[in-house]
Amino acid sequence: MLIRRMFSALAVLLMLAGAAAAQDQSIVVASTTSTQDSGLFDHILPLFKEKTGIDVKVVAQGTGQALDTARRGDADVVFVHAKDQEEKFLQEGFGVERFDVMYNDFVLIGPKSDPAGIGKGDDIAAALVAIATKKAPFVSRGDKSGTHSAELKLWDVAGVDIETAKGPWYKEIGQGMGAALNTASAMDAYVLSDRGTWLSFKNRGNLDIAVEGDKRLFNQYGVMLVNPEKHPSVNAEAGQRFIDWLISPEGQKAIGDYKIDGQQLFFPNASQDRS
Amino acid sequence: MCKGVAAMSETLSAWQLITSGDATLFSIVRLSLAVSLTASAIAVIVGLPLGALLALTRFPGRWVIIVILNGFMGLPPVVVGLTVYLLLSRSGPLGELGLLFTPSAMVIAQSLLVLPIIAALTRQTIEDLWLEYREELTAIGVGPIGRIATLLWDGRFSLVTALLAGFGRAAAEVGTVMIVGGNIDGFTRTMTTTIALETSKGNLPLAMGLGVILIALILMVNAAAWGVRFWSERRAG
Amino acid sequence: MRAASSDLPLVFDDVSLMAGDTIILDRISLAITPGAPTLIVGPNGSGKTSLLRLCMGLAAPSKGTVSWGGRTHSPGTRRAILFQKPVMLRRSAAANVAYGLAQAGCPRSLRARRTEELLDRVGLLPLASRPARRLSGGEQQRLALARALARDPEILLLDEPTASLDPSATRFVEEIILAAAQSGTKIVMSSHDLGQVRRLARDVFFLVRGRVCEHADAARFLDHPSTPEAAAFVRGELVL
Repeated sequence: MLIRRMFSALAVLLMLAGAAAAQDQSIVVASTTSTQDSGLFDHILPLFKEKTGIDVKVVAQGTGQALDTARRGDADVVFVHAKDQEEKFLQEGFGVERFDVMYNDFVLIGPKSDPAGIGKGDDIAAALVAIATKKAPFVSRGDKSGTHSAELKLWDVAGVDIETAKGPWYKEIGQGMGAALNTASAMDAYVLSDRGTWLSFKNRGNLDIAVEGDKRLFNQYGVMLVNPEKHPSVNAEAGQRFIDWLISPEGQKAIGDYKIDGQQLFFPNASQDRS
Repeated sequence: MCKGVAAMSETLSAWQLITSGDATLFSIVRLSLAVSLTASAIAVIVGLPLGALLALTRFPGRWVIIVILNGFMGLPPVVVGLTVYLLLSRSGPLGELGLLFTPSAMVIAQSLLVLPIIAALTRQTIEDLWLEYREELTAIGVGPIGRIATLLWDGRFSLVTALLAGFGRAAAEVGTVMIVGGNIDGFTRTMTTTIALETSKGNLPLAMGLGVILIALILMVNAAAWGVRFWSERRAG
Repeated sequence: MRAASSDLPLVFDDVSLMAGDTIILDRISLAITPGAPTLIVGPNGSGKTSLLRLCMGLAAPSKGTVSWGGRTHSPGTRRAILFQKPVMLRRSAAANVAYGLAQAGCPRSLRARRTEELLDRVGLLPLASRPARRLSGGEQQRLALARALARDPEILLLDEPTASLDPSATRFVEEIILAAAQSGTKIVMSSHDLGQVRRLARDVFFLVRGRVCEHADAARFLDHPSTPEAAAFVRGELVL
């Protein structure tokens, strides 16, 4: 008898928890670890909640995993920074429409000892060629993330065939930006990072910015609503409100206001003419 | 020299955050305990009778089940997490329940992790006890359900140790809850996922401080269980 | 609820017990009848324990039949057995007795009072709340006796109950056994203590290597054994 009572209590608890998760007033946003690690969400989400009462639950994974989560219908909105992968997602019919939200830039981080002899500059291609030639230690995300895609594109732009050039000096760790920076710090290696994560990263060791300001280091963020026709469980109404807010003047200002040590991390660039 | 001082002051401010009763920290601790304790409770409710049944019955292929059960004590948490994730995903068979990325999913996944530990250790304890009690209980004429109840109660001290092993596993793991919970701020963030997050952000002193708290929590649970056992042993031998 | 029929006489009809190729009991035929205590006597390894287990119904004979009151199947509700090393449950002495009462079907409302009565009967009332495993050997034996008597058995089987007890504990246990016998319980007990035979037994079965070598009144067995093995045993020699 007692055991039966405990069972039904447990079942009720589980159902309540499940029901709580399925409330109207909350959405799941699949985003990237670099966006989370930068602290942006801690800044802008309370503002959105105050305005609309909608709880935004951010699941932070790599871009590849975030898009996969959205494909499975486990997220309502996806907010990542890999335009090629995002366009493919749209073409597959999983997204409704893509909007630019903000950009930041990548920076090449390197040890002060500078084994590749790059110095400080603004030519990313030359720097990468130097690293590959001198086989200086380099940490790669290796995880299909936005940053990883950008890194591969940059090797391409620099004219280095990274698939054949890579060796023990090129370390693919398959983890997030924070882990990559930790590894680079421990090994005194070069690593490509987004500026936001770098600015809020505390375990710098001997690392500092080696290359910045190159136009090719531009990193665009996009947001999409997961297509409710593919997954009827998507909370389309609340999800769209979040997207609308992000690209509205109010949301854009919130993004631009986020600073670490007085430095702005993300630059809002949503297109203001929408039909 | 300066770096050492800086590191120390960071550790100190981390500790201050911890000891000042920070609200976020409190809710993270509460969630960790709620998830792991609930998962352990479920594992006990299912695992105790299962283990006892396995100890007392004989059927063809019994040894296969025992080997599998013992082996599952070492199930990799990430694999369990991934499996439960695929089950609970909207595209998966149980997607209708909408349980992914909620504390319920974390409880379910951790229960699966802890269940083999409880069942396997219970089976071993009860089987050993049965050797000792068999003749007496048969002579008294105790039926099958009575045997399970009697042995479970008489073996309660060893079973508490099994329970603590199970709870320890749940409280200490990060792979399962990270995958099925999503480490959502204020909702599915536990102590272990927070430690992983802070580490990846480079906040190593804070991460370490949280780690110390987690260990202290687990020790407190063990101490409480020890106290109960000690007091109860004095009463019943 | 009392069984309508009796377990006595307990009859062994040409019973043999084997374990693999080893013969433990060899073509035994005997009858245990109501009345004063019957003792099973013999050197170690002669099969006394196995005989008692067959009487209880804990094992089935390899050949031959055991019958209780004429029936070959009888639920053991009116029989109780006390093993040489009784198993104490991990709870208090009183709880052990209450367990026995519960298993025997005693209603909850009567249990506390009957527990007290039984503990008193075996002289353990002051130790009622002591953990059973912490009792001395003699106390545990008496507790097991109380637990067995809780079944209100028609037949009480005891396997060398005082073998490891000191003389005062032995006397205490023997007094309880005699009292039970006097109130109508049939005692069947194994022993290798000849003094105990003289003190307790009405009749004796003498076992050697699994066979009933002699069956006689206690007094005659002790003073005028009719077989050479029995004579040797009574003289205190080792019977091989």
